[in-house]
Amino acid sequence: MVPLSWYVTLSSTLFLIGLVGVLVRRNIVIVLLCVEIMLNAVNINFVAFSKYQHVIDAQIFVFFVITVAAAEVAVGLGIIIALFRLRETINIDEFNILKL
Amino acid sequence: MTMQMAMFGYFGAAIVISALFVVYFRNPIYSVMSLLTMFMHIAGLYVILEAEFLAGVQLLVYAGAILVLYLFVVMLLNVQSRGRFIQKQTPVVIGLGILGVIEVAVLIFHTRFYPELPAIPHPGVPTLGNTETIGMVLYTQYLFPFEIASLVLLIALVGAIVLAKGKLKFR
Repeated sequence: MVPLSWYVTLSSTLFLIGLVGVLVRRNIVIVLLCVEIMLNAVNINFVAFSKYQHVIDAQIFVFFVITVAAAEVAVGLGIIIALFRLRETINIDEFNILKL
Repeated sequence: MTMQMAMFGYFGAAIVISALFVVYFRNPIYSVMSLLTMFMHIAGLYVILEAEFLAGVQLLVYAGAILVLYLFVVMLLNVQSRGRFIQKQTPVVIGLGILGVIEVAVLIFHTRFYPELPAIPHPGVPTLGNTETIGMVLYTQYLFPFEIASLVLLIALVGAIVLAKGKLKFR
């Protein structure tokens, strides 16, 4: 039987990878991919706790997380295409027109 | 070392390595492909956690739909990420990363995890499968969030079309 702490360790490792990826990469598509990694880390945690506590509600939450992730990807990629049309770049550092 | 631990070891190692590749690769298409590997191994992890329905949803929605959308956008934009790998904010990020690793390690080390709870026996009641149980709970107890989720998806659909269409002419 796999201990619960292994799953928590795996998911926190995955979350940290996603967090560092969001901070270190400048390509806006890769930043969105790293957000997906973080969402999946949370999902692994939910499913592991659902198995170990015998609560099915956590799996429903994962279902909703996947729904929101799909919506986020659709809107996020729409924004990226609109930004690319405007600035001809996908480097985050060049999107600074809101900066004073 | 049971069979299940070996499976966890394989899936966990594959997930972590492919997640590292997502961050590491310079070419966005390679990153998207590594993410596909990660999603498939996460679905395998769901199978050994006895969440078969979520494994299917993971493969269909994430690996099937979301990844294709990413690939479309990467190939549509076709911009190679130029610029240096080390940016001016990289030392700060490494510091924050080390801080996060220490924090998580301390938290996990000091947490007392419950052992797995024994299953509640229901004499005479046939146990439902994973998908049936999720269906029963989703369409009764979580019916209102389910409807909200459909509204979220509708708004995302309209929003994506409006954003990606560009200049709309309102006449």
